[in-house]
Amino acid sequence: MDDDDAVFRALAEASRRRLLDLLQARNGRTLVELCRGLGMTRQAVAKHAAILGEANLVTFLRLGREKLHFINPAPINAIAERWIGKFDRARIGALSELKRNLEGEEHV
Amino acid sequence: MSSKAESKFVYVTYIRTTAERLWSALTSTEFGQKYWLGARPEADWKKGGAWRLAFPDGRIADSGEIVDFEPAKRLAIRWRNEWLPEAKEEGWSLCTMEIEPAAGENVKLTVTHAIERENSRLIGAVSGGWPQILSNLKSLLETGTAILPPKY
Repeated sequence: MDDDDAVFRALAEASRRRLLDLLQARNGRTLVELCRGLGMTRQAVAKHAAILGEANLVTFLRLGREKLHFINPAPINAIAERWIGKFDRARIGALSELKRNLEGEEHV
Repeated sequence: MSSKAESKFVYVTYIRTTAERLWSALTSTEFGQKYWLGARPEADWKKGGAWRLAFPDGRIADSGEIVDFEPAKRLAIRWRNEWLPEAKEEGWSLCTMEIEPAAGENVKLTVTHAIERENSRLIGAVSGGWPQILSNLKSLLETGTAILPPKY
């Protein structure tokens, strides 16, 4: 359910944020791939994925016997709209673009 | 990673409305242009009907065909980009919108958009837009007002 408390609780853990980073870099990963990426046990990753799932930050699709994990940005977007949307979005976008350029990250 | 080369996203949002209202929001040109960030979804709203997304100046952003049309349940569009050459050359993708009942007075909307190739430009381009469109759709159905102004 879109529940802000659940979203913030789910995000308040470094491993779960890294899990989202992994999905952001490549979506639709299996549990095995996430274990490798995070250097954690299957049980630990499954637990983190379940907490992210309850917060609707990760959605799951079955492909045969595999379960694929997808990042779901809808709840984060809703939080962003709540506090940022009312301000000048374009200007904030320009600022983060400037930051990306200055910090030399690849431009998207 | 799935065995075949694919780019895909799956976005889920819960909306306090009925499946019927959400369905009419997804399949109405008039309502659609209120949340599509200024673009206008035009279609012959039935299975096999032509579908397209038009910019306000008349240019076509995307085009395709409705391949699945199950009222209050499932809408699927065979979808091709028309204005970004590098996305257009990727050819056909499939966008599916599924409506399911959820706890309370909510419905669950799942939007899946996929194409059979890795690192797709099309999926990259639309994946940023969908969360904003879904936010807009949600607030429009729940409060009667869209949050984000037209972008195009």
